Amino acid sequence: MEMVTRPHVQNFIDWSKDRPEVVVLSADLTNSCEVGKWRDTYPDRFISAGMAEQNMMGVAAGLAREGFKPWIHTFAVFIYRRPYDQLAMSIAYPNLPVRLVGFLPGIVTPGGVTHQAIEDVAIMRATPNMTIVETGDATEVESVLDVTEEIDGPVYIRMLRGRLPRLFPADEPMRLGVSRELRSGRDVTILTSGIATEEAMRATDVLAQHDIDATHIHVSTLKPFGDPLIEDAITRSNGPVVTLENHTIVGGLGSAVSEFVTDRGLGRRVVRMGLQDTYAHGASKQYLLEEYGLDAYALVHRIGSELGRSLEVSREEVSAAPVEVAASAVNAESL
Amino acid sequence: MTTSDGDVARIAHGIRTRVFEHVLRNGEGYLSQALSSAEIFALLYGGVLRLGPVDGPTAPAPFTGVPGRGNASYRSGDRFNGAPAPDRDRLIFSPAHYALVLYAALIEVGRLDGDALSVFNQDGSSLEMIGAEHSPGVATTTGSLAQALSQAAGIALARKMRGETGNTWVMMSDGEFQEGQTWEALAFSSFHGLDRLRAVVDANGQQCDGEMCDVGEIEPLAERVRAFGWDAREVDGHDLGAMQAAMSEGSDRPVLVIARTNPTQGVPIYEDKAPLLHTLRFASEEEKSRFEDAYREMTEAR
Repeated sequence: MEMVTRPHVQNFIDWSKDRPEVVVLSADLTNSCEVGKWRDTYPDRFISAGMAEQNMMGVAAGLAREGFKPWIHTFAVFIYRRPYDQLAMSIAYPNLPVRLVGFLPGIVTPGGVTHQAIEDVAIMRATPNMTIVETGDATEVESVLDVTEEIDGPVYIRMLRGRLPRLFPADEPMRLGVSRELRSGRDVTILTSGIATEEAMRATDVLAQHDIDATHIHVSTLKPFGDPLIEDAITRSNGPVVTLENHTIVGGLGSAVSEFVTDRGLGRRVVRMGLQDTYAHGASKQYLLEEYGLDAYALVHRIGSELGRSLEVSREEVSAAPVEVAASAVNAESL
Repeated sequence: MTTSDGDVARIAHGIRTRVFEHVLRNGEGYLSQALSSAEIFALLYGGVLRLGPVDGPTAPAPFTGVPGRGNASYRSGDRFNGAPAPDRDRLIFSPAHYALVLYAALIEVGRLDGDALSVFNQDGSSLEMIGAEHSPGVATTTGSLAQALSQAAGIALARKMRGETGNTWVMMSDGEFQEGQTWEALAFSSFHGLDRLRAVVDANGQQCDGEMCDVGEIEPLAERVRAFGWDAREVDGHDLGAMQAAMSEGSDRPVLVIARTNPTQGVPIYEDKAPLLHTLRFASEEEKSRFEDAYREMTEAR
């Protein structure tokens, strides 16, 4: 599997070149959010707000009202926790095209509870006018910029940084409202988003070795939610629906899927994996994924038990499962 | 806009009497805000700001839904302040609880129909009690106080980046200086050299719980604001000449005009209800009739 180092850095610079309306706001986390080189490239379009997120939301709103496209870059927690009233009343209510790029989603950071955005999707889903997209690999980090172009309102982006796997072909960009069916099978339907997708890709390989054929769908648009592909996949399968997300199970992907299943009367059990209504703490990503049962190993065993199968699979065996670049299993016509 | 002192005084008097009349008819309402800020609004709309004519009809529209995808009929109440232009001023109205005063001011300067207050706080009307950005004269939704200055800073920054010459004005209340966001916005604006950002605050010293000095002291306001890099100008908010001068003089820094005002200006009997002046409610018919007498005195004074 190809690993890509800090794809956002140069990609965002190139993308902004012929878009003079794009401005970046940062609250003292410029290099941490991979826009230090952007600032040096376009100093006149970079606005240092200092550590003052409430004001930054309002300034972004004012810039957006004047025709600019403000791209706020900060840690996700500082977008939806500290300045929520400003986010809701100054940006979301007037439906302004502010792009809220939230880094450190869920438990990817050792920064601990203050830096881990574990309920951001829940809060943003509950915020009218908000569109939510989540990146799962380098390809999505690169292509999420284009996705925002068609959204005339605020967009919250769950962003990844640093060294990232390329799970999806570079020529299969993220598309608004379109999921990726990475594997098709009849026994269980797995829906994942963000970094949980890589874990699930590992898990579905292992499950296949034990004669459990899963459908695996990667979701990047969390709101609005309702890709017809998801309904097709759920109704095609005989088994339960399992969601895995780097987020609390309250209000995120699992909740969106549960609502979708109930709204459409699909009559399937939905198993929601993720943080079980708890805060986390500071430790490495892999340690936390294991501790909170968000990794491939936890997914394999949970699906085994849901299907009444006791699987003799060790943690080492799951970790060793290779992850290859996954082209969508379905062709464009069927979307 | 060229307006004589006499005209501005007439507008201020009109704002006071119009709001007073409405509060008497309604049985309760935000009177102290009108008494303290009448001269501020009169100067903003009748003397200091360069605003274009109302963009569209002067009749208030009914509520046509909130902003969002698929709502093509939505129209901002900012149109009553005229279409934006590079050399024109903008007015961002911050304390949404002053909405009645704002509507009265728009009526007095002919930007809103004379009978518009008949739909104030009525179901389905855009003249909401605590205005939002569909309400006449309202550009941002700031009923959650202290969010306008940051937005005005964003607008002023955008205009600076485009080289526009017009000022961006914010009308504020003093209670907003208890919110941390105001101080973030002050620091941001001076740091970014937003010299065409102007704010005027109705420093009437009143808030919901009573006098600000008892609820949460913000003084010395001028010194604090100056320490944040602003040009703070403290004046008698009922002295039209001093206010006009303070609001008109240029600066190389963002400007805050601190208008020291009296929340019972023109209605001395209202002082009996101090320190609770946020909204006026009549304790008895007898009290109401005393205020009716005060209203008659005020209208006959002209």
